[in-house]
Amino acid sequence: MSGAETILASLLIPLAGAVLILLASRGGDNLRETATMVTAIALAWTVWSLIPEVMDGGRPHLLMFQVVPGLEVAFKVEPLGMLFAALASGLWIVNSVYSIGYMRGNKESKQTRFYVFFALSLAAAIGIAFAANLFTLFLFYEALTLLTYPLVSHKGDEKTIRSARVYLGILLTTSIGLLLPAIIWTYLVAGTGDFTPNGILADNLQGPALGLLLALFVFGIGKAAVMPVHRWLPAAMVAPTPVSALLHAVAVVKAGVFSITKIIVYIFGVEHLFSSPSSGWLLYAAAFTIIVASLVALRQQNIKRLLAYSTVAQLSYVIMATAILKPLAEIGASIHMVAHAFGKITLFFAAGAIYTASKKTEVAQLAGIGRRMPWTMTAFTIGALSMIGVPPTAGFVSKWFILAGAFEADNYVAIFTIIASTALNAAYFLPIVFLAWFGREVEGAGPDHGEAPWPAVLALTTTAALTILFFIFNGPVVALESQIFGGSS
Amino acid sequence: MSALQPHLPALQVIVPMLSAPLVLLLRDRGLSWAATTLVSLCSFALAVALCLEVLADHRILYEMGSWPAPWGIELGVDAFSVLLLLVVNGASSLALLGAMGSIDRDIEGERQPLFYAAWLLALAGLNGILVTADAFNIFVFMEISALASYVIVSAGPNRRVLPAVFKYLIMGTIGATFYLIGVGLIYLMTGTLNLADMELRIHEVADQKPILVAAGFITIGLALKAAVFPLHGWLPNAYTYAPNMVTVFLAACATKVSLYILLRFDFFVFQPNLAGHDIQFAYFLMPLSLLAILVASTVAMFEPNLKRLLAWSSIAQIGYITLGASLVSLAGITASLLHMFNHALAKSALFLALACLGMSVRRLRLENIGGIARQMPWTMAAFVLAGLSLIGVPGTAGFISKWYLISAAYESGPWGIALVGVIIISSLMAVVYIWRVVEVAYFSKPADTVEIAEAPLPLLLVTWIAVALNFYFGLAASLPLDLSRTAALILMGHMP
Repeated sequence: MSGAETILASLLIPLAGAVLILLASRGGDNLRETATMVTAIALAWTVWSLIPEVMDGGRPHLLMFQVVPGLEVAFKVEPLGMLFAALASGLWIVNSVYSIGYMRGNKESKQTRFYVFFALSLAAAIGIAFAANLFTLFLFYEALTLLTYPLVSHKGDEKTIRSARVYLGILLTTSIGLLLPAIIWTYLVAGTGDFTPNGILADNLQGPALGLLLALFVFGIGKAAVMPVHRWLPAAMVAPTPVSALLHAVAVVKAGVFSITKIIVYIFGVEHLFSSPSSGWLLYAAAFTIIVASLVALRQQNIKRLLAYSTVAQLSYVIMATAILKPLAEIGASIHMVAHAFGKITLFFAAGAIYTASKKTEVAQLAGIGRRMPWTMTAFTIGALSMIGVPPTAGFVSKWFILAGAFEADNYVAIFTIIASTALNAAYFLPIVFLAWFGREVEGAGPDHGEAPWPAVLALTTTAALTILFFIFNGPVVALESQIFGGSS
Repeated sequence: MSALQPHLPALQVIVPMLSAPLVLLLRDRGLSWAATTLVSLCSFALAVALCLEVLADHRILYEMGSWPAPWGIELGVDAFSVLLLLVVNGASSLALLGAMGSIDRDIEGERQPLFYAAWLLALAGLNGILVTADAFNIFVFMEISALASYVIVSAGPNRRVLPAVFKYLIMGTIGATFYLIGVGLIYLMTGTLNLADMELRIHEVADQKPILVAAGFITIGLALKAAVFPLHGWLPNAYTYAPNMVTVFLAACATKVSLYILLRFDFFVFQPNLAGHDIQFAYFLMPLSLLAILVASTVAMFEPNLKRLLAWSSIAQIGYITLGASLVSLAGITASLLHMFNHALAKSALFLALACLGMSVRRLRLENIGGIARQMPWTMAAFVLAGLSLIGVPGTAGFISKWYLISAAYESGPWGIALVGVIIISSLMAVVYIWRVVEVAYFSKPADTVEIAEAPLPLLLVTWIAVALNFYFGLAASLPLDLSRTAALILMGHMP
C-alpha cells in the first residue's frame, strides 16, 4: 500500500470495525469481542506500518476532498502525529483485552454500544493525529467530543448525566467559542491553515495579538485541561474505567496536548513564538496548573478522581515543555505523551481491576489490598513511580529531556515547577502504595476476593511492563521525534 | 425536452399552477397526494434544469407572450433565483414524499384534495416570485402564495391554529399592502414596473420624496413578510400549529423568498440610485439582525414546545441572513445567500424529524418526549445530526455558511470582532437549545408506558435524505457556494 492508501485505511478500519461489531453482536458476545480485537489489531498494524517511511523522512499525505477553495480535508503524517497515532492504536489492543475483563466482570449493560462508540472514537483520534491542516483537525476534534459522550454517559443515571453534561458543555463551549475563532483568525491572517514546519504566522502576526491567539488556542482546546478549563476531566470519571483509561489518559487528553504542541510547532513556529514576549504567559499558566492540580490531587479520596487530577497536572507538563520553546523540550513534550500514557493507563487499569474485584473506589479502603491482588498492585506501583519520575520507569526519560530543555533556556520557573511537582507527586502516590502493601486490612470490611478477571490482569501487566521497557528502549521514539526539527518535510 | 428548453422559466410557474385545479378534481386522497408529489418533483426537475442552464450561461431572460419588456412581462432567472428555486422545490418535494402518513393524521380524507391544491398554489406563487422580473408581478405571486399558505397552515389539527393563522393573515396582508404602496409610488414617479427598467429610470427622480417613502414602505413591508425582528410576531404560532408537513415546507422557504424580494429590490433599484442608501440599509438591518440573533436564541433556550422552539430558532437564523446582507460586501452577501440554502437544509431536516416524532406523540412538548430515543432511535439520531448542522459543527452545511459569515464579519471593519462574538455566542445558544431536546429524548424517564413505534418508513427515509444532504453540502459545498457567489456578484454589480 502507498502512504496515502495506508492513511485512508487507518481511518476506515475503525469505522468498518464499528459496523462489524454491530453485526457481530447478533452472534453473541464472544464474536463481538473478536470483532473488536480484530479491528484493533488491524488498525495498529496499519498505523505502525507507516513508521518506517516517516522515520526515513517521508511525509505521506492524502487529500480527501476540498470543501470550498482553501478549506480542505487533508491528512499528512509527520513525527508528532505518527507518535500519537501509534500510541493510541497500540494501546487500543491492550485496552480491548482489558475492556472484555472489566465489562463482563461488572456485568455492564449496553456493551455493544460501548464497543461501537469506542471504535468510532479511535477513528476520530487517528483523524486528529494525521490532520494536515487546522480545519481537518477541528473536524475530528469535535467528532471525538461527540463520540465519547455516549461512553461517558454510559451508566445513564442522574449523576452520570449531570457529569456528562459538564463534559460536553465545557468541551463544546471552548471549542466553538474559542478554538473555532482562533482557527478562522489564523486562516484570515495567514490565508492557510496547513501545518508547515517553522509555522505560518511569522510574517503575518506579531506583538500582543500573537499572545491572544495563543490563548484562544490553548483554552479553546479544552481537551488539554489547562486550568481553568480542566473541570470536564474529573467529571468524565463517571465513565466505565476502560474509557477513563484509554480515552481520558491517552486518546482524548493526548489529542488535546498533541494539538497544542502541533499548533505551536507547525502554526506559530517555535522560534517566532520564542522571540515574542506576549506568549510568555503560557509557561506560567501551565506551571500554575501543574502545582494546583497536584495540590488538589493530594486531597482526593476517590482513586479515579485522584488519577484525573494527576492527569491534569501531567498534561500541563507537556504544555509547559512545549512552552519552553526549545527543541530539546519539544522532544521532551512528545516523549512525555508516551511516558505518561503508559503510566497512567496502568494506573487506571489497576483502579478498574480493584473496582471489579472488590467494588472499592476510595483510597482509604485500599489498606492491605496488595496481598490480595499482588499483580495489580505491582503494576500500580510501577505506574505511580513513573508518574513521580523515578528510574527505571518511563517518566524519568521524559523528565530528563524536559529538564535539559529548561536548562538550555535557563528557565528557572520550569525547573522549579518540575522539582516541586515531583515532590507533590510523591506525596500523593507513595502513601497509597505504602497503604496497599503494608496497611492492615479491616476485618469484614468487604467481600473476600482475589485478582480481577484474567484479561484485565493481563492488560495491566502488559502496560506496566511497557512502562519499564520504555526506560530502556526509547531510542526509536527519540529518533522519530528529533525529526520534528532535523528531518525534512 | 429541447422544445421546452426555452420556456423553462414560464413552465416553472405554469406546471404547479395549472395542476392545482386538476388535483382538486381528483376526489381520492391517495391519488391527489400522488399527483401533487409528482408535480412537485417535476417542478424540482425544472429547477434543476434551470440551474444547469444558469451555471452554463448566467442569466435567462424570457418574454411572456413574446411581448418585449418593459411593456410585456419579463421573466428573469439568474443564480440568485435558481438558488432559491432549488430550496423551494426541494423542500416541497421532500415534504410531500414523506407526507402521506403525517397528513392523514392531521387532516381528514375528504378535505385532502383541497389541501393539496392549495399546496400547489403556494408552490406556484413562490416559484413565480422567484422567476419574474416585474415588480407588480411579484406582488401578484406574493398574494397567491400567501393566500394559499394561509389555507394550508389553517389545516392544522389544533383549534389554536385559527387565531395563529388570522394573525399571520393580517400581518401578511399589511406587509403585502405596504409593498404594493411602495411599488405604486415608484410607478407614479417612473411609469414602469419592470425592475431593470426601474433601475434606469428611477435615477432621474431619485432625490424626490415619494421615492424615499416608497423605499421605506417596500423595506418595511417585506421585512414584515420575512419575519425580520421585531416584525416576527406572526411566525412562531403559525409554524407551531400548522400541520407538521406544512411547517417543513414553509419553514424552509416562505420567509426566505420574502428576503429574496427584499434583497433584489434593494440592490437592483435603490442601492445604485439613492445617495447614502447603502449606509441606511446597513444601519437599519444590522442592529435588528443582532437583536434577532440574540433575543430569539434566548427565547428558544427556554421554550418547551418543540415546534415553537425551532420557530424561534428560525427567527434567529433569519437574523444571520440579514446580518450577512447588512454588511453590504461581496463576502457578506455570499455568506447570507449561502446561509439561506444551508439553513433551509438544516431546518427542513429538523422539522422532518419532528414530523416523525409527531406520528406517535400528539403534543410535541419536551415533557412528552422523555426517553423517546429508545422507541424511535432513527428519528432521534436524525434530529441530533440535523441539530449539529444548525449549530454549525464542521462537516455539516451549517458550518460552511457560518465560516463565510464569520470571515465576512471579521473583514467588515473595526466592529467586525463584535459581530463575530455575537455569531459565536449564538452558536453556543444553539448548542443549548438543541441539547435540551436531545437530553430529554435520550435520558429522561418515559412519562407513561404507552407503546411507541418508530415513524413510518417513507417519512423516515425522507428525513434521512435531508440529513444526508446536510452532510453532503457540508463536505462538498461547491454548488451552493458557486450559486451564492455568482448571485452576490450580480447583486453587488448593481452597486454604484
